[in-house]
Parts: sequence; C-alpha cells; structure tokens
Amino acid sequence: MHGSIYTDPAIFADEMERIFYSTWVFVGHESEVPEPNDYVVKSIGPQSVIMTRAKDGSIHLLQNRCAHRGNLVCEAPKGNTLAFRCQYHGWTYANNGDLLGFPYKQGYDGVLDKSNITLGRVPRVESYQGFVFGSFAPDGPSLREHLGAATECLDRLARISPAGEVQLTAGWLKHRVKANWKMLLENETDGYHPQFVHSSIFSVATSGIGALYSENSTALCRDLGNGHTENDLRPEFRRIAEPMGWFGTTAEKVPNYVQAMRDSYGKAAEEIMIDGSPHVMIFPSLFIAEIQLFQIQPLAVDQTVQHVTCMQFKDAADLNRRVLQQTIGSVGPAGFLLADDSEMYERNQRGVAARNPEWVLIARGLNREHTDAEGFTVSNNTDETTLRAIWRHYMTLMDH
Amino acid sequence: MPLTLIEAEAFLYREARLADTHDYDSWEELWTEDAIYWVPAGGDSATDPANNVSVLFDNRSRIGTRVRQLKSGKRHSQNPKSSVCRLISNVELLGEHEGDTVIGATALVVESRDDRTTMWAGRYEYRLRRVADDVRMSFKKVTLVDREHPLNTLSILL
Repeated sequence: MHGSIYTDPAIFADEMERIFYSTWVFVGHESEVPEPNDYVVKSIGPQSVIMTRAKDGSIHLLQNRCAHRGNLVCEAPKGNTLAFRCQYHGWTYANNGDLLGFPYKQGYDGVLDKSNITLGRVPRVESYQGFVFGSFAPDGPSLREHLGAATECLDRLARISPAGEVQLTAGWLKHRVKANWKMLLENETDGYHPQFVHSSIFSVATSGIGALYSENSTALCRDLGNGHTENDLRPEFRRIAEPMGWFGTTAEKVPNYVQAMRDSYGKAAEEIMIDGSPHVMIFPSLFIAEIQLFQIQPLAVDQTVQHVTCMQFKDAADLNRRVLQQTIGSVGPAGFLLADDSEMYERNQRGVAARNPEWVLIARGLNREHTDAEGFTVSNNTDETTLRAIWRHYMTLMDH
Repeated sequence: MPLTLIEAEAFLYREARLADTHDYDSWEELWTEDAIYWVPAGGDSATDPANNVSVLFDNRSRIGTRVRQLKSGKRHSQNPKSSVCRLISNVELLGEHEGDTVIGATALVVESRDDRTTMWAGRYEYRLRRVADDVRMSFKKVTLVDREHPLNTLSILL
C-alpha cells in the first residue's frame, strides 16, 4: 500500500462517502437503550447520530440536526425522552424522528406540510445479537449478508453469557489519537506486534497474551470475507484445555459463573468455557477483543477517537467484576496495553508521511497462508493475512 | 491526629515533584498498602466505579505493576519520557475518612511530548495517613475537567 492512503485528506473524504456513509457501520448496542424512550448520542464516522428506543420498543438512528436551520436537537449524551426539542426555534420531534410541531405556525400556512418533515434518519437500521448497525445507503446488502461469517463470532460472544446475552452497560472510555483510522484497524488485527509493543507489561506481569502471538503459537488469523477478520485463539485455548483459561483464570475463581454456564448449556458449557470469547474485527470499525469492545471513530485524516467499553455478560456478575477490572487495566488512554498501541499508531502516522520509499509492506505469511476446511484463508497468528483481507475489501469499496 | 494544612501541602508538593521528575520508586513509596489510585472516566464512572469503566483504577498491586512497567524502559508511550510540570492549588482540609485526613486540591498538569502539549486539569481528592514519622496516601482520585471528552494517551503519573 502507498503511504498517502493514510495521509491524503481527499482519500479520507472519499472513504467517508464510500465506506462510512455507504456500508453497515456499528453504532451501539440495544442494551444501551434498555427502556422505551431511552436515547444515547452515538456516531457514524464524524457524524453524530442519536440512537433511540421509541415507545413501541423499535430502535431508530436519527441525525442530530433540526430540519429547520440545522441546529442540534439533543445536547445531553443520554437520557429518556418522548421528544427532542430544538432550542433555537422550538421545533419538536418524536423519538422516532417525526415532526410533532413548530411554534407560530401561521407563518408556515401554505408554505410547509408538517407531515413531510422529519429529523434526518439513517435509512437502514438492523441489529444482530443486540449490536445495532446503521447504513446511510437506502438499499444494498442486508446486515446479515454484510456480516457473513462474522455472525458466528457474535454468536460465540453471546454464549459466553449464561443467558446468551451481552450488555454494554459499563460506560465508555474515549481515547483520542493523532493517527488515521486505518492505523487502528490494522494494529488491532495484527498479531505480529504484541511481543514488541507490549514487551514492557509482559516483562513485569504474568500474562498469557504474549504466547498467543508468537511464531510458535497454534493460534490462527483468518480472513472471514467482506473485510472482517479474526485472530482465532481457540487452538491455543484447546491445547491448554482449562475452563476459563481463555480469561487467564480458573473455574474455581468464578464459581457462580461456571455453575450458571453448566445450568444453561449442559455438556456444551465445558467447550464454551475452554474456547472462550472471540477476537474479531468487523469492518470497518467494530473490534471485539474477548472481553473488550472498541469502536473506531474517524474524525479527520489524522485524527481518530477510539471508544472502548467492557463486555458485561448477562447473569455473570462474578465474571463481570473481573472483566471490568481487567479492561480498565489493559485498555483506554492509560491502559497497560493500549497506551503503547496508540504510541505506535501515532509514530506510524508520522512515519508514513516520509517520501521515497512511500510503500508499506504487508507480505508477511504469503509463503504459508492456506485454505482451511471451511474455505477461509488462514495463517499463523503473526501473519498479515488479516491486513490483506482488509485491504482487498477496501479496494472493492473504493475502486472508482 | 489529623494532618495540619501545612503538613498536607508539604506532602502534595513532594508527591507532585516526584511525579513530575519521574522518580517512580520514591513516588511508589508514598502509597499505603490499601491504596487506591483512581482517575474516573465520564458518565457514572466518578460515582459508581464498581460498575463503570474508569480511565485508571489501581489498587496497591496494580500501582506496583504500573511503576515496574514505567521502569522497564520499554513503555513506549514514556520512552522518551514526557516533560511534565504541575501546579497544585486550592488545598483544603475536607475532613476525615476512617482516620485518614481528606484533602481537596486542584491541579494543572502540563505535559509536553512529541509535537503536542497536553493540559490535564482536575480536582484532586486525597486521603492522607500518618505512618511512623511520615505521611502516606491511601487514596487519590483525579476528576479531570475533560473526563466526558476524548482524552489523549495518559502514560504519565497524574
């Protein structure tokens, strides 16, 4: 790839149109608006969108922009309301986007038909396992078609909960970096860097993470299609064959959780607790790393915000406490891991601005990637098969 | 016996100097064994840390890990180290918590690193304790004015 793909503002503008405003983009989770009339302000790329749950329980993605003169209609980051009122001239909208009314209506007699006016709506909203995605394209592939093989990863995530449900209720860390959004996308699927970028924490604390990302690891990286990629750690977890080993703990440390899993899933519980939670990047911006969820929000060609929260698995209180503490330690602006990842994106951003040579190499593992039994391209977990999968899909979207 | 304002200020200024100068070992020695070092994130994080993510929520063991990571020489986000200088102000005695003296203060921490200068401003809450002839801190909460907004990488000691 050419370095300018990370630094050219024209390419960035094109990406917003062709990727963030055309394909399915993760917005939030249904558990963030659990009650009727709940809302939370989210984003699709640089755009602010309000995710609402209407009276009838339906989820809507509304643009935070009054149809009158374009003022914001919602200032609070979240809340519960039947209606959004623009503070500029008092226009009021229902939480499904319909215009309820405007003051001094005589001035619009014969001028405007109220029933034709709404807040801007993200035309397509669909959910999978409670994960809400929006698409600004009025038609095109369904969410399920877009997710393709990645649906299985979200299923695998949900079954970590004894109730089969993930909840994103622990709030968000927001981490600002001076780097192109694709630096984050690549770093998070790159199994080659952990031993180097994270050597400081591996050298001072016990962590099983390093071993998963070494040349001798049996873990795999996989091209799931449509730009989605997975670092499949199950071969290592199955080799360890210890329930809860995927989480770096033992069954004895989370007894209530283990019992609840056995009650819910019977014999399958042992396999679930050995295989653990997935490590998957859903193109272009949703990254799930076992217990953490990241949303990559591009703001400008060299400015990105990463939103991070931890999974809370329904009916798994003792596991959730540990998930929360581990997340706080690892990720976010001060994380033992992420503070150094962000340092790398930012250095990389400065590096790719250099002239001659201007190309970056993503050839690692071309000599050994192969097709697995299900037809996916897989390779050693340290290989760049994931990056090639992302770029191949990117080119299909960006090709003029 | 509760600390006097003069004793509390002397402790806060010493802690500030050790953090500014990256004197990690001396800084770590200021903590009690039951210590909590906490930087809440936005939303409900500042009031309900048991159910919400924080930017940082270290118990004594994790404070030790943080210091060892910084000292490893491979904490890339502090290699090279940031240049840091802070002002501690508005120091007040706010009462007692389980025998510790509760101190309120405000701080402005200026960090220079690479091509950027970051200002970390916040309200600080300390719980200080007499240990032998010295003072230690058992609790430090840094409520950042920017906590609702995206933050830069935070790899210095706040």
